[in-house]
Amino acid sequence: MSAVPLSAAAARIPVVEVLSADKVYADGTRALSPIELAIRPGEFVTLLGPSGCGKSTLLKLIANLIAPSTGRLLWWRQGFDGVGQPGKNLVMVFQDATLMPWSRLQANVRLPLDLRGVKRNLGNERVAEALALVGLKGFERHYPRQLSGGMQMRASIARALVTEPNLLLMDEPFGALDEITRNRLDADLIQLWWKKRLTVVFVTHSIYEAVFLSTRVVVMAARPGRVLAEVAIDEPHPRTDAFRVTQKFAAYAKQLSEHLATASAQGATGC
Amino acid sequence: MKKSKYLAWAAPVAVGLVTVVVWHVLVKAFDVPHYLVPSPVLVVQTLISDWGLLFGSLLVTLKITFGAFFMAVLLGTVVAFLFVQSRWIEVSFFPYAVLLQVTPIVAIAPLIIIWVKNPSAALIACATLVALFPIISNTTLGLRSVNPALVDLFRMNKASRWQTLVRLRIPSAAPYFFGGLRISSGLALIGAVVAEFVAGTGGTSAGLAYQILQAGFSINIPRLFAALILITVTGVALFLSMALLSKLALGSWHESEVKQET
Repeated sequence: MSAVPLSAAAARIPVVEVLSADKVYADGTRALSPIELAIRPGEFVTLLGPSGCGKSTLLKLIANLIAPSTGRLLWWRQGFDGVGQPGKNLVMVFQDATLMPWSRLQANVRLPLDLRGVKRNLGNERVAEALALVGLKGFERHYPRQLSGGMQMRASIARALVTEPNLLLMDEPFGALDEITRNRLDADLIQLWWKKRLTVVFVTHSIYEAVFLSTRVVVMAARPGRVLAEVAIDEPHPRTDAFRVTQKFAAYAKQLSEHLATASAQGATGC
Repeated sequence: MKKSKYLAWAAPVAVGLVTVVVWHVLVKAFDVPHYLVPSPVLVVQTLISDWGLLFGSLLVTLKITFGAFFMAVLLGTVVAFLFVQSRWIEVSFFPYAVLLQVTPIVAIAPLIIIWVKNPSAALIACATLVALFPIISNTTLGLRSVNPALVDLFRMNKASRWQTLVRLRIPSAAPYFFGGLRISSGLALIGAVVAEFVAGTGGTSAGLAYQILQAGFSINIPRLFAALILITVTGVALFLSMALLSKLALGSWHESEVKQET
């Protein structure tokens, strides 16, 4: 798992470009107005907004799980066909841990490798590394139901890391966890992002989570889903829990909640 | 915990023993003639003395039961896999699967016995019709009950249709399938006995139902009871073996089989 230094040209190519892509569902619901967004390598971008603002829809567009109604998306300046090649690996972590209950942790984390036809021995080595990274060393033989919610989420992240992703998409991954567990996982995630030089797109409705994690926050509003503002979080890495109690943190949180407040005020008059 | 486990076995056994004793005492006390209600002792004696005859019949009934059960599992699974290939197939054919379930087997058995020359095959066909539906409906439901996020995960990893089937759909369906097995195994036995009753007077294959009919005609009530007990024991054994199979397959992970830690 060595980090290959990016060439200057590669570093400049955006990982994802969303070019006037929108989404209207078959029943006429407009989930997303046309969006312009570029994700650059090494960024930690958070999509922040209330439920119904289309942030999950935008993430699914980026994951190519759904197609835009108009407009288009590019991955590394190409169509989706190129995704999956070396250096262009995209993985997603879901709202729930979505582990297979019938498989032990080792087989669960090894799944993406199995599906790619990686040999089992080699796969198990990489699974051990990934489990160690998320702090689950020694839990290979456990079944998911034997683990707490936080540990299941860690396993889900290990399953994403095992394929050595270049772009990691996360859809409110810690939304179902208690605050203490969530803060710990946030801190571990930001370490991991820093260490592995990942590019992350993270969906959340928690302002504090967005400030703590992101290099850039994309604030979204509902009815119709649209981008309201982009706020760069200018705080050096690696960040620790100490950042949470600084004046700067509070100022960023205030700025983001003001953006969200104006959006909901507009929404109220619009309805 | 050990005590309650012991009780779980002891209590039903005690109920059974008390029932048999009361039965015996009542028969003796009121001097009930054995051609109306035989005493349990006489039933056991008959079971031993007529063992050769009854055991042969048991084998015939077992053959039909297992044949029908096997066919039901095979056909039911195949049909379920066809159903989940497309909504249109399911919508078009599912009502006819229900038709299969609601038509009384007694009503169509004579027809099948006329159509199918081989008597064993005819009986197996009848019993299969009885046992088929739970497998179809449960397996279809199971194959559809897949976590949609896991489907997305498989899609994002560019899994083939085959990989998704073997590694996702089949394990997801397993708990439902085993539920279907438990119901279907009992129904296969019931179907076999009912089919034998309908065909029984022909006397071509002397299963347990045939022995019950014959014993009834000749007022050999102790033998009738003995045959009845064999059918019941077979049914219980079938159910327990399906429960064991389910435990072996799902015990490590599924909620229905995992012991609650308290």
